[in-house]
Amino acid sequence: MPRIRPPFPVTHGYFGRPTVVNNVETFIAAAGIAENGPQWLQSRGTEASAGTKLLSISGDCGKPGIYEIPFGMTIAEVLESCEASDTQAVQVAGPAGILLGPQDFGRRIAFEDVGTGGSFMVFDNSRDLVGVVRNFMDFFVHESCGFCTPCRVGTTLINKRLEKVANGHGTTVDLETIQRMASVMRNTSHCGLGATASNPAVNLIEHFPTMLNDRLRHTSFEPAFDLDAALEESRALTGRDDPGAHLQGGGV
Amino acid sequence: MIGHFTIDGRRVQFKEGQTIMDAAMAEGIYIPHLCHNPEFAPHGSCRVCNVKANGRHVAACTAPASEGLEVENDTDEIRAERRTLLQMLFVEGNHVCPACEKSGACQLQAVAYYCDMLAPEFTHLYPQRQVDASHPDFMIDFNRCILCELCVRASRDNDGKSVFAIAGRGIDAHLVINAESGKLGDTDFAASDKAAHVCPVGAILPKHKGYEVPIGKRLYDRKPISMVGDVADHEGE
Repeated sequence: MPRIRPPFPVTHGYFGRPTVVNNVETFIAAAGIAENGPQWLQSRGTEASAGTKLLSISGDCGKPGIYEIPFGMTIAEVLESCEASDTQAVQVAGPAGILLGPQDFGRRIAFEDVGTGGSFMVFDNSRDLVGVVRNFMDFFVHESCGFCTPCRVGTTLINKRLEKVANGHGTTVDLETIQRMASVMRNTSHCGLGATASNPAVNLIEHFPTMLNDRLRHTSFEPAFDLDAALEESRALTGRDDPGAHLQGGGV
Repeated sequence: MIGHFTIDGRRVQFKEGQTIMDAAMAEGIYIPHLCHNPEFAPHGSCRVCNVKANGRHVAACTAPASEGLEVENDTDEIRAERRTLLQMLFVEGNHVCPACEKSGACQLQAVAYYCDMLAPEFTHLYPQRQVDASHPDFMIDFNRCILCELCVRASRDNDGKSVFAIAGRGIDAHLVINAESGKLGDTDFAASDKAAHVCPVGAILPKHKGYEVPIGKRLYDRKPISMVGDVADHEGE
């Protein structure tokens, strides 16, 4: 479990001493700058994001693998490089990153636009995107350590609400509830995992509105359970199955 | 060093090393909280004391006070976020206020009232949890545990017994008893332990004295939690 911050590793890290945590990519860039000067880094990329980025591209494309691209490359250009076609969506920066559809493929891989640690997943139109997002949410339910309330409970509640919508029992109120829970998780979680764990669900709602709206019921409220089905145990115990033991329309 | 910052526009004094919560408590400003008890090291897990400090969300119990900080505590936005967190806690466990011996003296219930929470709203998880009545003087109702770890901290740091711990991860995190059998009766837990008197909800209850104070005359029945503070401060009243 992440410790309470402050102090941050910059002042109290390894053995309680000021510590810089960098990845290999940064060390390589630093070595390149030391050898060739800053112009070497600045000759590629954008003004705010100098240099290149390593992308790990996977999913529905002809040539998955590790790519080095200049910062500022658009998602459409990346998709072309890896020979992806009929692309429905990309998930950039991992499950906690951002889910983008074709309307956003003009956006750029850069700190000032779509930032990423390097993960780039491609999903073509044969994929069930709601299923993909539920898979990501399952991952976060499993990953939550359980320390703080918003992440521990919020991941499970959002997952259940999404399941309700996916199964055709949701309404616009459910989507609003997911976004409210997500906002609280983002603002109040103890660490970055909880702060970003709701991103797949929120991205799906915001970037793919038709995907979920098509499954919504046209009422303002649908209960999370079927009252008639809930009576099944009582019917079994009493040996009844006559019309009087049933609630019409699920009891709603 | 003495410094000053503001909470909802009110000027508050703080000493070096104090958190926002410490300084607020010293000045009698109520910031709702569940896992915090000034007798123990801050935990920062319930997140109910969430405030905005210079526009950034922080837990008041762990965030250090600093000169000129502008803290938003009792605003509509923060109150709404706290309601959502409280609703999460209510549906996570099995909290049946009307049937609970702690009703009226429960911090979860009192903070929920204070934050205008009217209903749990979210889908109840209805976890299957046990009641442990193996100890002669105390019972544990795991249904009501909110994982604040106050009993864990009190037993470990104050009583030197480590009777309690949290096991499991994520939504499966749960309170466990440190005995081979998992039963409180098989530990050296005693009524005189600090851990017996810090539970903010009705998870750890003394036996043989149910409903001594009638409902309607209990701590938070008489005054809101913002005026009387934590239930642990009123033990034995």
